[in-house]
Amino acid sequence: MSVDPCRPASSLSDFAALAMDFRLQRADFGLVVRVEVPLEGVTAVFGASGSGKTTLLRAVAGFERPDQGRVVAGTDTWFDSATHTDVPPHRRAAGFMFQDTRLFPHLDVAGNLAFAARRARADGGGFDRADVVTALDLEPLLRRRTGSLSGGERQRVALGRTLLTRPRILLLDEPLAALERERKADILPYLEGALSRFGIPTLYVSHDIDEVARFADRMLLLSAGRVQAHGPTPQMLERLDLQPAMGRFEAGVLLAGRVLRRDPRLHLTWVDVGGDEIAVPEITGAGGAEVRLRIRARDVALATCRPEGISIRNVLPGTLLELTPGDAPGFVEALVQLHSVRIRSRLTLAAVEELGLAPGMSVFALVKTVSFGV
Amino acid sequence: MDHGPVWLTLLLATVTTVGLLLLGTPVAYWLARTKSRAKPVVEAVTALPLVLPPTVLGFYLLVALGPLSPVGGFWLELTGEALTFSFSGLVVASLIYSLPFMVQPLASAFEALGDGPFEAAASLRASPLAAFVHVAVPLSARGFLTAIVLTFTHTIGEFGVVLMVGGNIPGETRVVSIAIYEHVETLRYAEAHALSAGLVLFSFLVLVLVYALNRRFPPHVG
Repeated sequence: MSVDPCRPASSLSDFAALAMDFRLQRADFGLVVRVEVPLEGVTAVFGASGSGKTTLLRAVAGFERPDQGRVVAGTDTWFDSATHTDVPPHRRAAGFMFQDTRLFPHLDVAGNLAFAARRARADGGGFDRADVVTALDLEPLLRRRTGSLSGGERQRVALGRTLLTRPRILLLDEPLAALERERKADILPYLEGALSRFGIPTLYVSHDIDEVARFADRMLLLSAGRVQAHGPTPQMLERLDLQPAMGRFEAGVLLAGRVLRRDPRLHLTWVDVGGDEIAVPEITGAGGAEVRLRIRARDVALATCRPEGISIRNVLPGTLLELTPGDAPGFVEALVQLHSVRIRSRLTLAAVEELGLAPGMSVFALVKTVSFGV
Repeated sequence: MDHGPVWLTLLLATVTTVGLLLLGTPVAYWLARTKSRAKPVVEAVTALPLVLPPTVLGFYLLVALGPLSPVGGFWLELTGEALTFSFSGLVVASLIYSLPFMVQPLASAFEALGDGPFEAAASLRASPLAAFVHVAVPLSARGFLTAIVLTFTHTIGEFGVVLMVGGNIPGETRVVSIAIYEHVETLRYAEAHALSAGLVLFSFLVLVLVYALNRRFPPHVG
Protein backbone atom coordinates (compact mmCIF):
# COMPACT_ATOMS: atom_id res chain seq x y z
CA MET A 1 0.00 0.00 0.00
CA SER A 2 1.10 3.54 -0.23
CA VAL A 3 0.12 7.14 -0.31
CA ASP A 4 -2.49 7.54 -2.96
CA PRO A 5 -1.83 10.89 -4.58
CA CYS A 6 -4.74 12.97 -5.69
CA ARG A 7 -4.73 12.24 -9.37
CA PRO A 8 -5.35 15.28 -11.52
CA ALA A 9 -8.56 15.20 -13.45
CA SER A 10 -8.16 14.10 -17.04
CA SER A 11 -7.57 17.63 -18.24
CA LEU A 12 -4.89 16.38 -20.61
CA SER A 13 -7.00 13.83 -22.40
CA ASP A 14 -9.07 15.41 -25.06
CA PHE A 15 -11.17 12.33 -25.45
CA ALA A 16 -13.33 10.40 -23.11
CA ALA A 17 -12.94 6.71 -23.75
CA LEU A 18 -10.91 4.05 -25.45
CA ALA A 19 -13.25 1.66 -27.24
CA MET A 20 -11.83 -1.76 -28.05
CA ASP A 21 -14.17 -3.97 -29.98
CA PHE A 22 -12.28 -6.51 -32.03
CA ARG A 23 -11.37 -10.07 -32.74
CA LEU A 24 -7.86 -11.28 -33.34
CA GLN A 25 -6.98 -14.86 -34.16
CA ARG A 26 -3.47 -16.28 -34.17
CA ALA A 27 -2.35 -19.85 -34.75
CA ASP A 28 -2.58 -20.90 -31.12
CA PHE A 29 -4.46 -18.07 -29.53
CA GLY A 30 -7.53 -15.90 -29.98
CA LEU A 31 -8.49 -12.59 -28.42
CA VAL A 32 -12.04 -11.29 -28.47
CA VAL A 33 -12.73 -8.03 -26.67
CA ARG A 34 -15.62 -5.65 -26.52
CA VAL A 35 -15.01 -3.11 -23.84
CA GLU A 36 -14.77 0.61 -23.33
CA VAL A 37 -12.49 2.10 -20.70
CA PRO A 38 -12.55 5.76 -19.66
CA LEU A 39 -9.43 7.61 -20.72
CA GLU A 40 -8.37 8.86 -17.36
CA GLY A 41 -6.31 7.51 -14.52
CA VAL A 42 -4.86 4.03 -14.57
CA THR A 43 -6.65 1.00 -15.92
CA ALA A 44 -4.97 -2.29 -15.07
CA VAL A 45 -5.15 -5.05 -17.64
CA PHE A 46 -4.91 -8.07 -15.43
CA GLY A 47 -4.83 -11.79 -16.04
CA ALA A 48 -2.72 -14.91 -16.00
CA SER A 49 0.11 -15.25 -18.49
CA GLY A 50 -1.28 -16.23 -21.87
CA SER A 51 -4.60 -14.52 -21.19
CA GLY A 52 -4.00 -11.96 -23.93
CA LYS A 53 -2.96 -8.89 -21.94
CA THR A 54 0.05 -7.98 -24.04
CA THR A 55 -1.74 -8.76 -27.30
CA LEU A 56 -4.54 -6.40 -26.29
CA LEU A 57 -2.02 -3.65 -25.59
CA ARG A 58 -0.20 -4.30 -28.86
CA ALA A 59 -3.44 -4.10 -30.80
CA VAL A 60 -4.15 -0.70 -29.26
CA ALA A 61 -0.63 0.46 -30.19
CA GLY A 62 -0.99 -0.85 -33.73
CA PHE A 63 1.64 -3.60 -33.50
CA GLU A 64 -0.97 -6.32 -33.95
CA ARG A 65 -3.71 -6.02 -36.52
CA PRO A 66 -7.11 -7.38 -35.46
CA ASP A 67 -8.89 -9.56 -38.00
CA GLN A 68 -12.05 -7.61 -37.51
CA GLY A 69 -13.39 -4.76 -35.41
CA ARG A 70 -12.47 -1.32 -34.22
CA VAL A 71 -10.11 0.52 -31.91
CA VAL A 72 -11.29 4.05 -31.23
CA ALA A 73 -9.59 6.52 -28.91
CA GLY A 74 -12.05 9.31 -28.22
CA THR A 75 -12.79 10.84 -31.58
CA ASP A 76 -9.84 9.18 -33.35
CA THR A 77 -10.43 5.90 -35.11
CA TRP A 78 -7.15 4.01 -34.99
CA PHE A 79 -8.42 0.83 -36.52
CA ASP A 80 -11.62 -0.10 -38.29
CA SER A 81 -11.80 -3.18 -40.47
CA ALA A 82 -15.08 -1.98 -42.01
CA THR A 83 -13.49 1.15 -43.49
CA HIS A 84 -10.00 -0.36 -43.88
CA THR A 85 -8.64 2.18 -41.42
CA ASP A 86 -5.34 1.21 -39.86
CA VAL A 87 -3.41 4.19 -38.52
CA PRO A 88 0.28 3.24 -38.40
CA PRO A 89 1.75 2.98 -34.89
CA HIS A 90 3.87 6.11 -35.16
CA ARG A 91 0.79 8.25 -35.79
CA ARG A 92 -1.32 6.84 -32.95
CA ALA A 93 0.10 8.94 -30.12
CA ALA A 94 0.15 5.80 -27.99
CA GLY A 95 3.27 5.64 -25.85
CA PHE A 96 4.20 1.99 -25.48
CA MET A 97 6.66 1.02 -22.79
CA PHE A 98 8.06 -2.44 -23.40
CA GLN A 99 8.77 -4.98 -20.74
CA ASP A 100 12.33 -5.33 -22.08
CA THR A 101 12.64 -1.50 -22.36
CA ARG A 102 14.17 -1.57 -25.87
CA LEU A 103 16.44 1.38 -25.18
CA PHE A 104 18.55 2.20 -28.22
CA PRO A 105 22.02 0.80 -27.49
CA HIS A 106 23.77 3.12 -29.95
CA LEU A 107 22.62 6.19 -28.02
CA ASP A 108 23.36 7.20 -24.44
CA VAL A 109 20.54 8.00 -22.04
CA ALA A 110 20.37 11.64 -23.11
CA GLY A 111 20.29 10.50 -26.75
CA ASN A 112 17.41 8.13 -26.05
CA LEU A 113 15.46 10.92 -24.39
CA ALA A 114 16.25 13.33 -27.23
CA PHE A 115 15.02 10.80 -29.80
CA ALA A 116 11.60 10.96 -28.13
CA ALA A 117 11.59 14.67 -27.28
CA ARG A 118 12.32 15.64 -30.90
CA ARG A 119 9.16 13.85 -31.96
CA ALA A 120 6.89 14.93 -29.10
CA ARG A 121 3.31 15.76 -29.87
CA ALA A 122 3.02 19.51 -30.16
CA ASP A 123 -0.35 19.77 -28.48
CA GLY A 124 0.13 17.40 -25.59
CA GLY A 125 1.58 17.79 -22.24
CA GLY A 126 2.05 20.75 -20.04
CA PHE A 127 5.41 19.29 -19.10
CA ASP A 128 8.86 19.31 -20.66
CA ARG A 129 12.11 17.38 -20.61
CA ALA A 130 13.26 18.98 -17.38
CA ASP A 131 10.06 17.92 -15.60
CA VAL A 132 10.47 14.32 -16.73
CA VAL A 133 14.18 14.23 -15.87
CA THR A 134 13.40 15.55 -12.39
CA ALA A 135 10.38 13.32 -11.74
CA LEU A 136 12.31 10.16 -12.64
CA ASP A 137 15.65 11.35 -11.24
CA LEU A 138 17.41 10.82 -14.56
CA GLU A 139 19.97 13.61 -14.24
CA PRO A 140 22.79 11.35 -12.95
CA LEU A 141 22.18 8.87 -15.78
CA LEU A 142 22.17 11.21 -18.77
CA ARG A 143 25.74 10.54 -19.92
CA ARG A 144 25.61 6.79 -19.28
CA ARG A 145 25.58 4.19 -22.05
CA THR A 146 22.37 2.18 -21.89
CA GLY A 147 24.36 -1.05 -21.56
CA SER A 148 25.74 0.04 -18.20
CA LEU A 149 22.35 0.71 -16.59
CA SER A 150 20.78 -1.55 -13.99
CA GLY A 151 17.35 -3.07 -14.61
CA GLY A 152 15.55 -0.45 -12.56
CA GLU A 153 17.47 2.39 -14.20
CA ARG A 154 16.60 1.05 -17.64
CA GLN A 155 12.91 1.05 -16.71
CA ARG A 156 13.13 4.64 -15.48
CA VAL A 157 14.81 5.78 -18.70
CA ALA A 158 12.29 3.86 -20.81
CA LEU A 159 9.38 5.45 -18.95
CA GLY A 160 10.94 8.90 -19.29
CA ARG A 161 11.54 8.35 -22.99
CA THR A 162 7.94 7.31 -23.53
CA LEU A 163 6.57 10.23 -21.49
CA LEU A 164 8.64 12.69 -23.55
CA THR A 165 6.64 11.92 -26.70
CA ARG A 166 3.67 13.36 -24.75
CA PRO A 167 1.43 10.44 -25.66
CA ARG A 168 -2.34 10.60 -25.38
CA ILE A 169 -2.34 7.25 -23.74
CA LEU A 170 0.41 5.33 -21.97
CA LEU A 171 0.60 1.60 -22.62
CA LEU A 172 2.77 -0.06 -19.99
CA ASP A 173 3.50 -3.72 -20.65
CA GLU A 174 4.47 -5.25 -17.30
CA PRO A 175 7.14 -2.61 -16.67
CA LEU A 176 8.20 -4.26 -13.43
CA ALA A 177 7.97 -7.93 -14.34
CA ALA A 178 11.63 -8.29 -15.29
CA LEU A 179 12.85 -6.81 -12.01
CA GLU A 180 13.71 -8.54 -8.78
CA ARG A 181 11.55 -7.74 -5.83
CA GLU A 182 14.06 -5.31 -4.32
CA ARG A 183 14.54 -3.37 -7.57
CA LYS A 184 10.76 -3.22 -7.91
CA ALA A 185 10.53 -1.44 -4.59
CA ASP A 186 13.09 1.08 -5.88
CA ILE A 187 11.21 1.96 -9.02
CA LEU A 188 7.61 1.77 -7.77
CA PRO A 189 7.62 5.25 -6.21
CA TYR A 190 8.96 6.74 -9.47
CA LEU A 191 6.34 4.99 -11.54
CA GLU A 192 3.56 5.94 -9.18
CA GLY A 193 4.79 9.53 -8.96
CA ALA A 194 5.10 9.88 -12.73
CA LEU A 195 1.66 8.42 -13.40
CA SER A 196 0.00 10.91 -11.09
CA ARG A 197 2.30 13.83 -11.89
CA PHE A 198 1.82 13.73 -15.66
CA GLY A 199 -1.77 12.53 -15.58
CA ILE A 200 -1.67 10.61 -18.85
CA PRO A 201 -4.40 7.98 -19.19
CA THR A 202 -2.70 4.64 -18.76
CA LEU A 203 -3.32 1.01 -19.59
CA TYR A 204 -1.13 -0.99 -17.26
CA VAL A 205 -0.58 -4.66 -17.99
CA SER A 206 0.25 -6.69 -14.92
CA HIS A 207 -0.10 -10.10 -13.43
CA ASP A 208 0.81 -8.88 -9.98
CA ILE A 209 -2.30 -8.12 -7.97
CA ASP A 210 -0.37 -6.00 -5.48
CA GLU A 211 0.79 -3.66 -8.24
CA VAL A 212 -2.75 -3.45 -9.54
CA ALA A 213 -4.17 -2.69 -6.11
CA ARG A 214 -1.56 -0.01 -5.63
CA PHE A 215 -1.94 1.92 -8.89
CA ALA A 216 -5.06 1.09 -10.69
CA ASP A 217 -8.31 2.98 -10.53
CA ARG A 218 -9.95 0.37 -12.71
CA MET A 219 -9.32 -3.22 -13.62
CA LEU A 220 -9.90 -5.09 -16.81
CA LEU A 221 -9.73 -8.80 -16.11
CA LEU A 222 -8.76 -11.01 -19.03
CA SER A 223 -9.06 -14.74 -19.06
CA ALA A 224 -8.19 -16.97 -22.02
CA GLY A 225 -8.50 -14.14 -24.52
CA ARG A 226 -11.84 -12.86 -23.23
CA VAL A 227 -12.76 -9.92 -21.01
CA GLN A 228 -14.14 -11.55 -17.91
CA ALA A 229 -15.01 -8.40 -16.01
CA HIS A 230 -14.05 -4.79 -15.63
CA GLY A 231 -14.77 -2.12 -13.08
CA PRO A 232 -13.33 -0.09 -10.22
CA THR A 233 -10.44 -1.88 -8.52
CA PRO A 234 -11.92 -2.22 -5.00
CA GLN A 235 -15.11 -3.83 -6.24
CA MET A 236 -13.20 -6.12 -8.58
CA LEU A 237 -10.95 -7.30 -5.79
CA GLU A 238 -13.92 -8.14 -3.58
CA ARG A 239 -15.77 -10.18 -6.15
CA LEU A 240 -15.47 -13.80 -5.18
CA ASP A 241 -16.62 -15.06 -8.58
CA LEU A 242 -13.53 -13.54 -10.21
CA GLN A 243 -11.07 -15.11 -7.88
CA PRO A 244 -10.30 -18.19 -9.93
CA ALA A 245 -9.04 -15.84 -12.62
CA MET A 246 -7.08 -13.74 -10.17
CA GLY A 247 -5.14 -16.61 -8.70
CA ARG A 248 -5.69 -18.95 -5.85
CA PHE A 249 -4.03 -16.99 -3.09
CA GLU A 250 -4.80 -13.53 -4.24
CA ALA A 251 -8.32 -13.17 -2.90
CA GLY A 252 -8.67 -10.30 -0.48
CA VAL A 253 -9.94 -6.80 0.00
CA LEU A 254 -8.70 -3.35 -0.85
CA LEU A 255 -9.43 -0.82 1.88
CA ALA A 256 -9.13 2.94 1.78
CA GLY A 257 -7.54 4.38 4.91
CA ARG A 258 -5.95 7.42 6.43
CA VAL A 259 -2.54 7.65 8.10
CA LEU A 260 -3.03 8.26 11.83
CA ARG A 261 0.50 8.33 13.21
CA ARG A 262 3.85 6.70 12.76
CA ASP A 263 6.62 5.41 14.96
CA PRO A 264 10.01 6.03 13.36
CA ARG A 265 11.82 3.88 15.93
CA LEU A 266 9.72 0.81 15.26
CA HIS A 267 9.23 1.74 11.60
CA LEU A 268 5.50 1.31 11.90
CA THR A 269 2.59 3.38 10.65
CA TRP A 270 -0.94 3.20 12.00
CA VAL A 271 -3.75 3.56 9.53
CA ASP A 272 -7.37 4.26 10.31
CA VAL A 273 -9.65 2.12 8.20
CA GLY A 274 -13.24 3.08 8.89
CA GLY A 275 -12.79 3.09 12.68
CA ASP A 276 -10.31 0.23 12.96
CA GLU A 277 -6.62 0.86 13.50
CA ILE A 278 -4.23 -1.25 11.50
CA ALA A 279 -0.45 -1.25 11.98
CA VAL A 280 1.53 -1.57 8.77
CA PRO A 281 5.20 -1.22 7.83
CA GLU A 282 6.37 2.40 7.73
CA ILE A 283 4.80 4.55 5.04
CA THR A 284 6.54 7.73 4.06
CA GLY A 285 4.40 10.77 3.43
CA ALA A 286 2.31 13.21 5.41
CA GLY A 287 -0.06 12.32 8.26
CA GLY A 288 -3.69 12.33 7.23
CA ALA A 289 -2.67 11.05 3.82
CA GLU A 290 -4.97 8.67 2.02
CA VAL A 291 -3.60 5.19 1.58
CA ARG A 292 -4.85 1.96 0.10
CA LEU A 293 -4.35 -1.21 2.05
CA ARG A 294 -4.63 -4.50 0.32
CA ILE A 295 -5.28 -7.33 2.73
CA ARG A 296 -5.11 -10.78 1.21
CA ALA A 297 -7.53 -13.37 2.53
CA ARG A 298 -4.68 -15.80 3.10
CA ASP A 299 -3.01 -13.32 5.46
CA VAL A 300 -6.02 -13.08 7.75
CA ALA A 301 -6.63 -15.59 10.54
CA LEU A 302 -9.71 -15.74 12.78
CA ALA A 303 -9.98 -16.34 16.52
CA THR A 304 -13.13 -16.83 18.58
CA CYS A 305 -11.67 -15.01 21.62
CA ARG A 306 -9.04 -12.28 21.92
CA PRO A 307 -5.71 -14.06 21.84
CA GLU A 308 -3.04 -13.33 24.47
CA GLY A 309 0.72 -13.45 24.08
CA ILE A 310 0.66 -13.29 20.33
CA SER A 311 3.03 -11.60 17.91
CA ILE A 312 0.31 -10.45 15.56
CA ARG A 313 -0.14 -6.65 15.86
CA ASN A 314 -3.58 -6.32 14.41
CA VAL A 315 -6.40 -7.95 16.34
CA LEU A 316 -9.64 -6.57 14.99
CA PRO A 317 -13.01 -7.43 16.59
CA GLY A 318 -15.85 -8.13 14.20
CA THR A 319 -18.76 -10.32 13.25
CA LEU A 320 -18.62 -13.29 10.95
CA LEU A 321 -21.00 -12.58 8.09
CA GLU A 322 -20.74 -15.58 5.82
CA LEU A 323 -18.76 -18.69 5.03
CA THR A 324 -18.45 -19.87 1.45
CA PRO A 325 -16.59 -22.86 0.04
CA GLY A 326 -13.19 -21.89 -1.31
CA ASP A 327 -12.05 -22.62 -4.85
CA ALA A 328 -10.16 -25.67 -3.67
CA PRO A 329 -11.49 -28.54 -1.54
CA GLY A 330 -10.72 -28.13 2.14
CA PHE A 331 -10.73 -24.32 2.10
CA VAL A 332 -13.39 -21.87 3.22
CA GLU A 333 -13.68 -18.13 2.51
CA ALA A 334 -14.96 -16.09 5.45
CA LEU A 335 -16.33 -12.56 5.24
CA VAL A 336 -16.02 -10.55 8.47
CA GLN A 337 -17.72 -7.25 9.26
CA LEU A 338 -15.40 -4.87 11.17
CA HIS A 339 -16.47 -1.39 12.33
CA SER A 340 -17.44 -0.19 8.91
CA VAL A 341 -15.40 -2.25 6.43
CA ARG A 342 -15.37 -5.92 5.59
CA ILE A 343 -12.40 -8.19 5.46
CA ARG A 344 -11.89 -11.62 3.93
CA SER A 345 -10.20 -14.56 5.51
CA ARG A 346 -9.16 -17.83 3.98
CA LEU A 347 -9.45 -20.73 6.38
CA THR A 348 -9.14 -24.47 6.27
CA LEU A 349 -12.30 -26.48 6.61
CA ALA A 350 -10.64 -28.21 9.55
CA ALA A 351 -10.29 -24.89 11.41
CA VAL A 352 -13.88 -23.92 10.71
CA GLU A 353 -15.14 -27.20 12.14
CA GLU A 354 -12.86 -27.19 15.15
CA LEU A 355 -13.81 -23.61 16.14
CA GLY A 356 -17.46 -24.20 15.28
CA LEU A 357 -17.52 -21.06 13.15
CA ALA A 358 -20.92 -19.96 11.93
CA PRO A 359 -22.39 -16.72 10.55
CA GLY A 360 -23.35 -14.24 13.26
CA MET A 361 -20.53 -15.22 15.64
CA SER A 362 -18.23 -12.63 17.16
CA VAL A 363 -14.68 -13.18 15.99
CA PHE A 364 -11.30 -11.47 15.97
CA ALA A 365 -9.55 -10.98 12.67
CA LEU A 366 -5.77 -11.32 13.00
CA VAL A 367 -3.57 -9.62 10.42
CA LYS A 368 0.21 -9.78 10.57
CA THR A 369 1.87 -6.43 9.97
CA VAL A 370 4.54 -8.07 7.87
CA SER A 371 1.91 -9.43 5.49
CA PHE A 372 1.60 -6.04 3.84
CA GLY A 373 3.52 -5.86 0.64
CA VAL A 374 5.93 -3.24 -0.56
CA MET B 1 56.13 -1.34 -62.75
CA ASP B 2 53.03 -0.05 -64.47
CA HIS B 3 50.72 1.48 -61.88
CA GLY B 4 47.84 1.95 -64.33
CA PRO B 5 46.02 -1.31 -63.49
CA VAL B 6 46.31 -0.63 -59.75
CA TRP B 7 44.63 2.77 -59.92
CA LEU B 8 42.04 1.50 -62.36
CA THR B 9 41.22 -1.39 -60.03
CA LEU B 10 40.89 0.87 -56.98
CA LEU B 11 38.69 3.27 -58.95
CA LEU B 12 36.45 0.45 -60.16
CA ALA B 13 36.14 -1.04 -56.66
CA THR B 14 35.35 2.35 -55.12
CA VAL B 15 32.71 3.28 -57.68
CA THR B 16 31.16 -0.18 -57.41
CA THR B 17 31.07 -0.11 -53.62
CA VAL B 18 29.51 3.35 -53.43
CA GLY B 19 27.01 2.43 -56.14
CA LEU B 20 26.04 -0.79 -54.41
CA LEU B 21 25.67 0.97 -51.04
CA LEU B 22 23.03 3.15 -52.67
CA LEU B 23 21.37 0.35 -54.64
CA GLY B 24 21.88 -2.61 -52.33
CA THR B 25 20.84 -1.06 -49.02
CA PRO B 26 17.18 -0.54 -49.98
CA VAL B 27 17.05 -4.03 -51.48
CA ALA B 28 18.56 -5.56 -48.34
CA TYR B 29 16.20 -3.57 -46.13
CA TRP B 30 13.21 -4.66 -48.15
CA LEU B 31 14.34 -8.29 -48.01
CA ALA B 32 14.82 -8.13 -44.26
CA ARG B 33 11.49 -6.49 -43.44
CA THR B 34 9.09 -7.71 -46.10
CA LYS B 35 6.38 -10.31 -45.65
CA SER B 36 5.82 -10.41 -49.41
CA ARG B 37 5.57 -13.73 -51.20
CA ALA B 38 7.96 -12.39 -53.82
CA LYS B 39 10.78 -12.42 -51.28
CA PRO B 40 12.27 -15.84 -52.23
CA VAL B 41 12.32 -14.84 -55.88
CA VAL B 42 14.10 -11.55 -55.18
CA GLU B 43 16.47 -13.35 -52.83
CA ALA B 44 17.30 -15.89 -55.51
CA VAL B 45 17.94 -13.20 -58.11
CA THR B 46 20.31 -11.31 -55.85
CA ALA B 47 22.16 -14.52 -54.99
CA LEU B 48 22.54 -15.73 -58.59
CA PRO B 49 25.92 -14.06 -59.18
CA LEU B 50 27.28 -16.16 -56.30
CA VAL B 51 26.53 -19.48 -57.91
CA LEU B 52 26.86 -18.78 -61.64
CA PRO B 53 30.23 -19.36 -63.29
CA PRO B 54 31.72 -15.91 -64.06
CA THR B 55 31.81 -16.88 -67.74
CA VAL B 56 28.04 -17.39 -67.82
CA LEU B 57 27.48 -14.04 -66.14
CA GLY B 58 30.07 -12.43 -68.41
CA PHE B 59 28.55 -13.92 -71.53
CA TYR B 60 25.04 -12.63 -70.81
CA LEU B 61 26.35 -9.26 -69.70
CA LEU B 62 28.27 -9.05 -72.96
CA VAL B 63 25.07 -9.82 -74.86
CA ALA B 64 22.98 -7.45 -72.75
CA LEU B 65 25.43 -4.55 -72.86
CA GLY B 66 26.52 -4.89 -76.49
CA PRO B 67 25.81 -2.00 -78.89
CA LEU B 68 23.07 -4.05 -80.60
CA SER B 69 21.14 -4.66 -77.37
CA PRO B 70 18.53 -2.15 -76.11
CA VAL B 71 20.63 -1.23 -73.05
CA GLY B 72 23.91 -1.02 -74.94
CA GLY B 73 22.30 0.80 -77.85
CA PHE B 74 20.68 3.36 -75.57
CA TRP B 75 24.02 3.97 -73.83
CA LEU B 76 25.75 4.37 -77.17
CA GLU B 77 23.12 6.94 -78.23
CA LEU B 78 23.47 8.78 -74.96
CA THR B 79 27.22 8.89 -74.52
CA GLY B 80 28.67 7.98 -77.88
CA GLU B 81 30.56 5.18 -76.18
CA ALA B 82 29.87 1.44 -76.12
CA LEU B 83 29.23 -0.25 -72.79
CA THR B 84 31.26 -3.29 -73.73
CA PHE B 85 35.04 -3.07 -73.52
CA SER B 86 34.80 0.23 -71.61
CA PHE B 87 35.21 1.32 -68.00
CA SER B 88 31.49 2.20 -67.76
CA GLY B 89 30.64 -1.33 -68.87
CA LEU B 90 32.96 -2.73 -66.21
CA VAL B 91 31.16 -0.67 -63.56
CA VAL B 92 27.77 -2.01 -64.69
CA ALA B 93 29.10 -5.58 -64.68
CA SER B 94 30.70 -5.11 -61.26
CA LEU B 95 27.47 -3.73 -59.80
CA ILE B 96 25.78 -6.95 -60.83
CA TYR B 97 28.38 -9.54 -59.92
CA SER B 98 29.17 -7.93 -56.56
CA LEU B 99 25.50 -7.38 -55.64
CA PRO B 100 25.20 -10.39 -53.31
CA PHE B 101 28.28 -9.32 -51.38
CA MET B 102 26.54 -6.07 -50.47
CA VAL B 103 22.96 -7.33 -50.08
CA GLN B 104 23.48 -10.50 -48.08
CA PRO B 105 25.48 -9.13 -45.11
CA LEU B 106 23.21 -6.10 -44.93
CA ALA B 107 20.03 -8.15 -45.10
CA SER B 108 21.17 -10.46 -42.33
CA ALA B 109 22.25 -7.49 -40.22
CA PHE B 110 18.84 -5.85 -40.63
CA GLU B 111 17.10 -9.15 -40.02
CA ALA B 112 19.07 -9.72 -36.83
CA LEU B 113 17.59 -6.53 -35.40
CA GLY B 114 14.16 -8.16 -35.20
CA ASP B 115 11.00 -6.14 -34.72
CA GLY B 116 12.03 -4.72 -31.36
CA PRO B 117 13.89 -1.57 -32.36
CA PHE B 118 11.35 -0.79 -35.08
CA GLU B 119 8.41 -1.05 -32.70
CA ALA B 120 10.31 1.02 -30.15
CA ALA B 121 10.99 3.70 -32.77
CA ALA B 122 7.36 3.70 -33.92
CA SER B 123 6.12 4.00 -30.34
CA LEU B 124 8.33 7.10 -30.07
CA ARG B 125 6.54 8.54 -33.08
CA ALA B 126 9.41 7.95 -35.53
CA SER B 127 8.30 7.34 -39.11
CA PRO B 128 9.54 4.18 -40.86
CA LEU B 129 12.13 6.29 -42.72
CA ALA B 130 13.35 7.89 -39.49
CA ALA B 131 13.49 4.45 -37.88
CA PHE B 132 15.66 3.26 -40.76
CA VAL B 133 18.05 6.21 -40.76
CA HIS B 134 18.37 6.79 -37.02
CA VAL B 135 17.95 3.27 -35.63
CA ALA B 136 18.42 0.49 -38.18
CA VAL B 137 21.50 1.92 -39.90
CA PRO B 138 23.52 2.77 -36.77
CA LEU B 139 22.56 -0.55 -35.17
CA SER B 140 23.77 -2.38 -38.28
CA ALA B 141 27.20 -0.76 -38.35
CA ARG B 142 28.98 -4.12 -38.31
CA GLY B 143 26.87 -5.37 -41.18
CA PHE B 144 27.76 -2.28 -43.22
CA LEU B 145 31.45 -2.72 -42.51
CA THR B 146 31.33 -6.37 -43.60
CA ALA B 147 29.29 -5.57 -46.70
CA ILE B 148 31.56 -2.73 -47.78
CA VAL B 149 34.74 -4.75 -47.32
CA LEU B 150 33.37 -7.84 -49.06
CA THR B 151 32.08 -5.81 -52.00
CA PHE B 152 35.28 -3.85 -52.36
CA THR B 153 37.61 -6.84 -52.17
CA HIS B 154 35.42 -9.05 -54.32
CA THR B 155 35.35 -6.39 -57.02
CA ILE B 156 39.14 -6.19 -56.88
CA GLY B 157 39.44 -9.95 -57.20
CA GLU B 158 36.98 -10.64 -60.01
CA PHE B 159 38.55 -11.91 -63.21
CA GLY B 160 36.25 -13.89 -65.49
CA VAL B 161 33.42 -11.40 -65.87
CA VAL B 162 35.87 -8.53 -66.31
CA LEU B 163 37.76 -10.35 -69.03
CA MET B 164 34.60 -11.16 -70.98
CA VAL B 165 32.89 -7.79 -70.67
CA GLY B 166 35.91 -5.51 -70.59
CA GLY B 167 38.71 -7.31 -72.32
CA ASN B 168 42.18 -6.01 -71.71
CA ILE B 169 42.44 -2.36 -72.70
CA PRO B 170 45.15 -0.43 -70.84
CA GLY B 171 43.75 2.51 -68.89
CA GLU B 172 40.20 1.45 -69.66
CA THR B 173 39.55 -2.12 -68.60
CA ARG B 174 42.92 -3.54 -67.72
CA VAL B 175 42.54 -4.13 -63.97
CA VAL B 176 45.06 -5.87 -61.71
CA SER B 177 43.68 -9.37 -62.08
CA ILE B 178 43.81 -9.10 -65.90
CA ALA B 179 47.28 -7.59 -65.79
CA ILE B 180 48.54 -10.50 -63.65
CA TYR B 181 47.05 -13.00 -66.09
CA GLU B 182 48.71 -11.27 -69.01
CA HIS B 183 52.07 -11.09 -67.25
CA VAL B 184 51.92 -14.82 -66.58
CA GLU B 185 50.86 -15.61 -70.14
CA THR B 186 53.81 -13.64 -71.44
CA LEU B 187 56.13 -15.22 -68.87
CA ARG B 188 56.90 -11.90 -67.16
CA TYR B 189 56.90 -13.46 -63.72
CA ALA B 190 58.61 -10.54 -61.95
CA GLU B 191 55.73 -8.18 -62.82
CA ALA B 192 53.18 -10.87 -61.99
CA HIS B 193 54.87 -11.32 -58.61
CA ALA B 194 54.82 -7.59 -57.87
CA LEU B 195 51.11 -7.26 -58.53
CA SER B 196 50.17 -10.54 -56.86
CA ALA B 197 52.20 -9.88 -53.73
CA GLY B 198 50.69 -6.42 -53.66
CA LEU B 199 47.18 -7.91 -53.70
CA VAL B 200 48.04 -10.39 -50.96
CA LEU B 201 49.44 -7.64 -48.75
CA PHE B 202 46.54 -5.32 -49.49
CA SER B 203 43.92 -7.98 -48.71
CA PHE B 204 45.71 -8.89 -45.49
CA LEU B 205 45.85 -5.27 -44.33
CA VAL B 206 42.17 -4.74 -45.12
CA LEU B 207 41.18 -7.81 -43.13
CA VAL B 208 43.32 -6.74 -40.15
CA LEU B 209 41.66 -3.36 -40.28
CA VAL B 210 38.19 -4.93 -40.41
CA TYR B 211 38.80 -7.21 -37.45
CA ALA B 212 40.29 -4.33 -35.48
CA LEU B 213 37.27 -2.16 -36.26
CA ASN B 214 34.90 -4.98 -35.38
CA ARG B 215 36.35 -5.09 -31.89
CA ARG B 216 35.55 -1.42 -31.51
CA PHE B 217 31.85 -1.95 -32.09
CA PRO B 218 30.25 -3.34 -28.96
CA PRO B 219 28.61 -6.66 -29.84
CA HIS B 220 25.06 -5.37 -29.15
CA VAL B 221 25.55 -2.71 -31.82
CA GLY B 222 24.61 -4.76 -34.82
